[in-house]
Amino acid sequence: MLIGVPAETTAGETRVAVAPETAKRPLVIGVPKETAAGEKRVATVPEVVEKLIKLGFSVAVESGAGDAANCSDDSYRAAGAQVIDGAAKLFAASDMVFKIGVPTPEEVGLMHAGQTLITFIWPAQNPELMKQLADKKVTVLAIDSLPRTLSRAQKMDALTSQAGVAGYRAVIEAANAFGRFFAGQITAAGKVPPAKVFIAGAGVAGLAAIGTAVGLGAIVRANDTRAEVADQVVSMGGEFVKVDYEEEGSGGGGYAKVMSEGFQKAQREMYAKQAREVDIIITTALIPGKPAPRLITAEMVKTMKPGSVIVDMAAERGGNCELTEPGKAVVKHGVTIVGYTDLASRLAKQSSTLYATNLFRLTEELCKTKDGIIDVNMEDEAIRGLTVVKEGSITWPPPPPKVTAASPAAKPAAAVAAPAKKGHGHGAASEPMAPGKLAIMFGVAAALFWFVGANAPTAFLAHFTVFVLACFVGYMVVWNVTPALHTPLMSVTNAISSIIAIGALVQIAPPLAGGAAPDNWIRWLAVGGIVLTAVNMFGGFAVTQRMLAMFRK
Amino acid sequence: MSGNLASVSYIGATILFVLSLGGLSNPETSRRGNLFGMIGMTLAVLATVFGPRVTAAGIPWIIASMVVGGAIGLYAAKVVKMTQMPELVALMHSLVGLAACLVGFASYIDTSHPLTGAEKTIHEMEIYIGVLIGAVTFSGSLIAFGKLNGKIGGAPLLLPARHWLNLVGLLVVIWFGREFINAPSIAAGMTPLLVMTVIALLFGIHMVMAIGGADMPVVVSMLNSYSGWAAAATGFMLSNDLLIVVGALVGSSGAILSYIMCRAMNRNFISVIAGGFGTGGGTPAPKGDAAQPAGEVVPVSALETAELLKDAKSVIIVPGYGMAVAQAQHTVYEITKHLREKGVNIRFGIHPVAGRMPGHMNVLLAEAKVPYDIVLEMDELNDDFPQTDVAIVCGANDIVNPAAQDDPASPIAGMPVLEVWKAKTSIVMKRSMASGYAGVDNPLFYKENNRMLFGDAKKMLDEVLVALKA
Repeated sequence: MLIGVPAETTAGETRVAVAPETAKRPLVIGVPKETAAGEKRVATVPEVVEKLIKLGFSVAVESGAGDAANCSDDSYRAAGAQVIDGAAKLFAASDMVFKIGVPTPEEVGLMHAGQTLITFIWPAQNPELMKQLADKKVTVLAIDSLPRTLSRAQKMDALTSQAGVAGYRAVIEAANAFGRFFAGQITAAGKVPPAKVFIAGAGVAGLAAIGTAVGLGAIVRANDTRAEVADQVVSMGGEFVKVDYEEEGSGGGGYAKVMSEGFQKAQREMYAKQAREVDIIITTALIPGKPAPRLITAEMVKTMKPGSVIVDMAAERGGNCELTEPGKAVVKHGVTIVGYTDLASRLAKQSSTLYATNLFRLTEELCKTKDGIIDVNMEDEAIRGLTVVKEGSITWPPPPPKVTAASPAAKPAAAVAAPAKKGHGHGAASEPMAPGKLAIMFGVAAALFWFVGANAPTAFLAHFTVFVLACFVGYMVVWNVTPALHTPLMSVTNAISSIIAIGALVQIAPPLAGGAAPDNWIRWLAVGGIVLTAVNMFGGFAVTQRMLAMFRK
Repeated sequence: MSGNLASVSYIGATILFVLSLGGLSNPETSRRGNLFGMIGMTLAVLATVFGPRVTAAGIPWIIASMVVGGAIGLYAAKVVKMTQMPELVALMHSLVGLAACLVGFASYIDTSHPLTGAEKTIHEMEIYIGVLIGAVTFSGSLIAFGKLNGKIGGAPLLLPARHWLNLVGLLVVIWFGREFINAPSIAAGMTPLLVMTVIALLFGIHMVMAIGGADMPVVVSMLNSYSGWAAAATGFMLSNDLLIVVGALVGSSGAILSYIMCRAMNRNFISVIAGGFGTGGGTPAPKGDAAQPAGEVVPVSALETAELLKDAKSVIIVPGYGMAVAQAQHTVYEITKHLREKGVNIRFGIHPVAGRMPGHMNVLLAEAKVPYDIVLEMDELNDDFPQTDVAIVCGANDIVNPAAQDDPASPIAGMPVLEVWKAKTSIVMKRSMASGYAGVDNPLFYKENNRMLFGDAKKMLDEVLVALKA
């Protein structure tokens, strides 16, 4: 037994190691048999036991814990775990407990101070349980409270891994209850139309269901209130069905929010239409902390074809279908309505393996030193979010996460910012210059102007004024030229620069005193100049015209 | 026509030229802009010819030389292929430079306006500078023309101690400038002027020879700027405000274009002019070190490309110089038309320095009748690549190189690039695995979602088109 000896931590240390008195002994991870009725999963599997031992931990498994998930006691022993009879003994021998189901009051009673529990808790729905755990002076990491939007947290996201399994199983259950093929076929015995599947809610479970149903050959449609998942639906091979109403349904943290009345009306109409058309409906719609939204009414069920199937994955939270009976498959109005609440558990080996890996990844994060000692580092955003009870004090809910990945609100803002910058043709031209640089430039310009002003004759200054102003006009005008027209800009400026012809023109036959003929040299040079600039003048404008004529919408 | 009327006509011409450049801000108004330019030019020439500075005796000469030059110019404008546009523009710059030289010499010989004191000095300085800029523009543009044409290799010619050579050249030019201004007679001043012209010609050659093929857009726009400054210098020398204004307009236009091109390559203007960045020269890419991209190159056939395009909902085509070389723009348009009829969202992403002169790709696509509203700038669609099914890179390399973002040691690090690798699939059309003008290996080719379509761009695209229509 590990009873709390006063911790010898130095004052001011923020990162308090759990059970520091055991610093010399690696921790024991205990995996009890799940107690919920019908629960077949187990919190760790032999393959993962080996990895945990490599991290420095010892593992103890309750006898028979993995039987329902095809993991025998022997296989656990072979992986290096100790097998202990009875939950009481196991809890007593463990420093950390890995579970799946929400702990029962009996299980909480078996826990002792300083122990760490990792499992599903649903702290919002189970305030009583939270109090009990706090009273026990244990540390609890609720795997359901993981900040899912952290990309680093994805490897630990058990909700995702279990939802994926459940989504797969939902299609399998639907196929089981459905009297036809999923894929369309043309056989000697006649033509078989493909099954049409509609999936409400394209979260992890919904997407897994889309993938599975597409894989079986069905025509799959899906809908979600969050517009940004449309691409994901399409990428899985489904077709995204829009609700004919403008409203964005992202409620933050990757979940949907409750929608307005107008939207819900449009949504009901869309569901009613789908119900008449499709053979199978799989509903996965959940809103955090609220009962599942009622999407499929009894009326809609009546309009479905006989033999159709509804799999209600939200059954545990009241169901998306009005006629769902949680935990059962029932036939109403000729439609089989599957309301199983243990879909992931029905694929126990798969879901257990994934869950065990999630917990292993979490353990890695807790034990960066790989010496079998964990450190619940509350500075780490992922671990802070997971920890709902820390050594007897409730630390739930955590402060809001700092970042939400791909926040849809940020995107339009960025999109607006970009064109605004474009307004001046090119961003950098309109960016303000650093004051120091500006001062230097003004200084240099002032010195130059002073030099010119002090030395040059008046006639030159008049031309100089024109020159400087023309440079500025050119600068302003040219920045507005669209980059697509840079080549025509060059050819037209080239044509314009043949204005130099004027220089040659005034030399060819100037009005000389006494009507004398100009010097032959000058005349021939001027003729040469005119010929050259005429090539440029006519050629440049003609080629620009030719180019510009090609630009069309 | 009196002197005052001529001056007023010049003001009108100036306004028309400004409106002409302003019209280019939008393809809709650009044709009118060009028309303004033509009217302005006609007005300026007529005002000069019938103005007080030209006597009736000169008119036959003027008409004859105008007809000869104009015929050559119109013929050239008619026959030039759009892919040869950079060469033509470079060649025309050289004409402006040469004309500036000729006018400068003529102005020096001209003794009809005797000047004294500071005015004489300033006038001679203007001539000297005008001829200098004109000569540099002339020889530099000829070399640029040769390089663009392929008559001269694209590789930068790097003479030993080239910066010192330029510096010595500059000092000699300044020294002869003093000699020239102090010369007692025109005959005595002619020698320094001629020596300076030769040095300026050599300097122009040397400057452009040292610049690599990839930096050509900068060079072309820089020469554009020079031709403007040459006109402005001529204006000073002849005390003609119209020439000064137009020269300044053209000069600043070219300078801005050069600046835009430099920024698009994340390079300093000075370092481009100093040369040494281009085909196989300058900073040789470090081979065989950690930066060597790892992975496998996955080739595809034209058929598979067509399949990918058939399934795609959104496609972005990134054209480069290779498309111009292969003359593939018409096939690209055919493919675009076909896919647009199928409802595919197809767009073009243009990098500012794609091709050999600013806006080169836009002109080629416009020639092939691609509507300009689906031809977008890099900044406009770079964020859309993650939602794009297929990105086709047609004869471009450095402008789609992810090393510019990922590898701080890369010679092109920090250059803005089109992020084609973020598309679901990118297809690079290339003749071989050779590196681009910057001589940098491209890790894009080794990315998992990248496919290589080897072969001549036009031939391959023709095959894709046939497969698409089948």
